[in-house]
Order: sequence, then C-alpha cells, then structure tokens
Amino acid sequence: MKKAILYLNQFFGQIGGEELADHAPEIREGLVGPAMELQKQLGDDVQVTHTIICGDNFMGSRTQEALDTILSFLEDKEFDIFFAGPAFRAGRYGSACGNICKTVKEKFNVPVITSMNDENPGVEMFKKEMYIFKGGASAAAMRKDVAAMAKFGLKILNSEELKSADEEGYYGRGVRSQIWMESPVPATDRVIDMLLKKVQGQPFKSELPIPPSDLIPIAPAIGLGDLSKLHIAVVTSGGIVPVGNPDRIQSASATKWGKYHIADKYDLIGGEYQTIHAGFDPAAANADPDVIVPLDALRAYEKEGKIGGIHPYFYSTVGTGTTQAEAARMGREIAAELLAAGIKAAILVST
Amino acid sequence: MQMANLIPVAKSVGANRMVPTISIPYPLGDPATSKEQQFKLRYHRVGVALDALTTDIQEQTVFKVKI
Repeated sequence: MKKAILYLNQFFGQIGGEELADHAPEIREGLVGPAMELQKQLGDDVQVTHTIICGDNFMGSRTQEALDTILSFLEDKEFDIFFAGPAFRAGRYGSACGNICKTVKEKFNVPVITSMNDENPGVEMFKKEMYIFKGGASAAAMRKDVAAMAKFGLKILNSEELKSADEEGYYGRGVRSQIWMESPVPATDRVIDMLLKKVQGQPFKSELPIPPSDLIPIAPAIGLGDLSKLHIAVVTSGGIVPVGNPDRIQSASATKWGKYHIADKYDLIGGEYQTIHAGFDPAAANADPDVIVPLDALRAYEKEGKIGGIHPYFYSTVGTGTTQAEAARMGREIAAELLAAGIKAAILVST
Repeated sequence: MQMANLIPVAKSVGANRMVPTISIPYPLGDPATSKEQQFKLRYHRVGVALDALTTDIQEQTVFKVKI
C-alpha cells in the first residue's frame, strides 16, 4: 500500500476563513476536506494517511518557521507522494502550495503535485520546480482538479510512462526528456518536411518545443566615460575550468557552475585550464583557453585603460544539453554574485 | 552582453547585445592561423563587445565585427 499526504490551507482545512489565516501548521491523521475527494480518486492502492493544515498568512509571513514545523511533522511519517491544494486562483494559497511542495521534494525526494489556475502567481513562481496542474478558477473545479492530480500521481506511483506537460495537463517545467516517436517516418524525413513547410510559410510543429522566452529588458548603456572605471566579468557556457575540474561540473546537461580566481593571471594557459564541454572538439580550447575566456585581450584593454579592471573570478558551466530551467537558475545565481560584488558589466561567451 | 557563434540561438533566448564569434569550439581564435592573428581577432571582437556595452540600443542588436 502506497501512502500520500495532502497539504491544505485553513479554509479548505475547515479551520475557518480569513480571520483564521494566521493558524499555525498542524497535522491530522486521516482525511480533512478535499483529502476525502483525493482518497476517493486515488482508489484502494494508495492511502492518504495525513492532512496538513496551515493558515495562508502564517505560511506567507513566517514562511521558514511554517516549513520547518511541517518538515518536523513529516520526519517520522512514511509517504510515497505529496499533494498540495488545489489552490485555484488563490494567490497566497498557491504560493504556500509551491513553497511546501518545493521543500518536501528537496528534503524527502518524493514526487510532489499541486494544482493552480493559470492566473495564480504561484504558477510563475514554482512551475519549473514541480508538477502544477492547470486548475480551475474557483472551488467549483475541486473535483476535476483533484482528479487530475490523483490520476497523474497514480501514474507516477505505478511507474507508468509519463507524457509531455501538455498531454498530461500540467504547466511545462522547461524539462526535456527523450521519447520514442511512434511515427513510421524517420527523423531525417520529418525534419526535411518541417523545413519545406517553413520555407513555404506553412505551419509546422517542432518536435523540440522551446518554452516561450521571458525576454529581459534591455540594460541601459554604460556611459562612455564610465567603462574605464568599471570592472568587467567573464562568464562562459564553454566549460573552461582548471585542469582536473575541481567542482566536477558535468560535461553535458550541467546543473553546476564554478568560479575560478584569475586576479594573478595574464592569460589562460593550456595545461593549467581546459574545457570539459562534451559538445565540441576540445583541442583548440585546451591548447589555448583564451579562445573561450579571452583574458589576454581583456588584460590588454585593462592596460590601455579602456576598462577599469577585470573581476577577479571568471564563471563557467557547460551549455550542452542543459535545460533552459537549469541555465536560468545558474544564470540567476551567477548574476546575484556579480551584483553583490558590484559588477555592472559582463561578457558571456557561449560555444 | 553575449559573444556567441549561434547568433539565432542567442536571439531566441533573449540576449540583447550580441557580438558574433567565429566558431563553436574556438569562438575567439582560429587555431589554423598564427598566434598573432588569433590575438588580433580576439582583441578586436572583445573590443566590439566592450563598445557594445556603452551603446544605447532599442531592440536586440548584433554588433558588426571587422575581423
């Protein structure tokens, strides 16, 4: 018998409305409110053993305390899957479901599933990190939304083949997975068919959909006189690391990045640095890593006074097979470090 | 700003200031040419990149390189 636990807010946990939104987290054995519907939809092979209830304001304003408390509830419980919501269009509830699902997934490494309406801000905040099913606007959709979560949960628990986000009904996470196409037409023919349609201006459907890009606003230009005062950082997805790859950055589908001290280097020498990128022939970059991290050229501009200096570290990861979701996360982390160091300009060299 | 060989990819993922490089495995220096030529090319394109940072743009822009 597999076991499941469900998270609800104070309203659906039948504690009360807005006046009780400060309700501290609690865990109850058995089924409260929507847990009954979840149990019904999961059937006899999965038991919803506990319901966790927490006020939306408590989770919103004392988030870490709420998460820690709930983790302590869960520490001695056995469960194979964790559900939260559905949260419909309720923003605080959606954010709470996202926060608790993320935390439970990190701590216990079980599948986590929630459901929100596309207007719920929790979708944008958390869709890349978990399965969020496309839910209704209000509790009128309760049965349907719970059914969707339960159905997918059963598929995961039974190790059935999972289809794409669109087919399953959750928001795309920006994760790629390799699948066998049922098509009798070989890939080489399919790609040419697509190309012909493209040049003829006809509609075609890519087999490798790229999630719509969240374009970032254009950064204002640096004032002409200011460049000579600024320190420039170099970031690369070309996999340049000190020989031996001390941070064990993956050669493909990277989830890690590293930073390497270059304050005392004039250029990057082959034999001291190498590329661990598995997506291209490394010979040229191993012989002279400056072809990817152009430190020698930047030092020349530093000497001339065109730039004020070079950030003492360069940042590196590998960009082959890396999902947009991981790339965006690594980008945010690196950008946060650079901003904290007062860096206002960076050159990103990709391969 | 981004220096990339696959400018269409850089564009589609939202880079705003772009300077082209010469290849995927050696973006900034062709090993078939002399060390001096490689440095000259690298110095030029990095210079374009630095100038790009000081250039006002209204839309995604690919900056032109001479070598």
